[in-house]
Amino acid sequence: MEEQQLPEKKKRDARSQKQSINVDMNPMVDLAFLLLTFFMLATTFSQPQAMELVMPVQPDADEEEQQQAVKESKALSLVLTEKDKVYWYQGVTKPEVYETICTGDNLKEVLLEKQATIDGLVVLIKPDSTSRYENLIDLLDEINTTGIQRYAITELTPEDQTILTNFKNK
Amino acid sequence: MNPMVDMAFLLVSFFMLATTFKAAEPITISRPSSQSEIKVPERDVMTLTIGTAGEVFFSIDGKVAKKRLLQLIGQRYEINFSEEEQEQFALLSSFGIPLQELKSFLNTSVEDRKKIKQNGIPVELKQNELADWVIHARMANPKLRIVINGDKDAAYPQVQKVINTLLKNKIHRFNLITEIEMES
Repeated sequence: MEEQQLPEKKKRDARSQKQSINVDMNPMVDLAFLLLTFFMLATTFSQPQAMELVMPVQPDADEEEQQQAVKESKALSLVLTEKDKVYWYQGVTKPEVYETICTGDNLKEVLLEKQATIDGLVVLIKPDSTSRYENLIDLLDEINTTGIQRYAITELTPEDQTILTNFKNK
Repeated sequence: MNPMVDMAFLLVSFFMLATTFKAAEPITISRPSSQSEIKVPERDVMTLTIGTAGEVFFSIDGKVAKKRLLQLIGQRYEINFSEEEQEQFALLSSFGIPLQELKSFLNTSVEDRKKIKQNGIPVELKQNELADWVIHARMANPKLRIVINGDKDAAYPQVQKVINTLLKNKIHRFNLITEIEMES
């Protein structure tokens, strides 16, 4: 049996070596490129960045008095309003209100200047109801890059409202 | 031709390995930009999406956690979700519909869901369903980290409502998703 099979196999090998193999590779290449384009389009490379935000603990009603008030001279209030406008002022008793736009380097200049002049600066971010999410992110980003340690997102108080209306009516 | 084919397959295998598939989102969000260099965590995240019109969407990752979440929510609101509905919920990426509509939403086909307008999860003081989703999601997966994915044109009051909801549940640390800023 074995003797018979061996020569036959040899014969077949010899024949196939003589014939030149010609495999049509085009369909395979087509498929390869199809997959390539699919995966290229389906891939998302840019992983979004994240910004960490730590909010202060909300005091319970009976603990209200334990909350530390910020020294007026060290408090810089930034009020975010419509059309990317920002009003900023220091303290709350008759402050001088300035107006700027929160795009570009305007805010950064303000923050850097205040950071250099005031020791232990506390930035109070007060977005009003007309501001957009982007304004808040821009401001937080500037605060992060300037390295200001103490900041908080708070709500507009009635005092702030009167300061702003006084400024707008001027 | 062989070198070209080699290269094509090399690239195919590279992209196959590098790809993480993006889940279909019900709305497109244009994120604000920042210079922050922290990456968004890949696993165990709860994403709260805030759309331009202020609609709030909720999603967590992990099939097991999602099923568990639906069971917990079902117990809380005394809605019984069937095995099939739980399976459908586990496949859902992000959703923004009130709880009453959730059952019928899960029973519609995937194709028809795209036609349903999702108006967001209620976050009003009177009816804050988002708070329940947040609480129960943390019960389903205690390792969850919270990420806020807001559209840059979203109005601040809605963002504030979401943040206040988190604060009320003693969550003080969360991430805000941003896009990397292009140097101009």
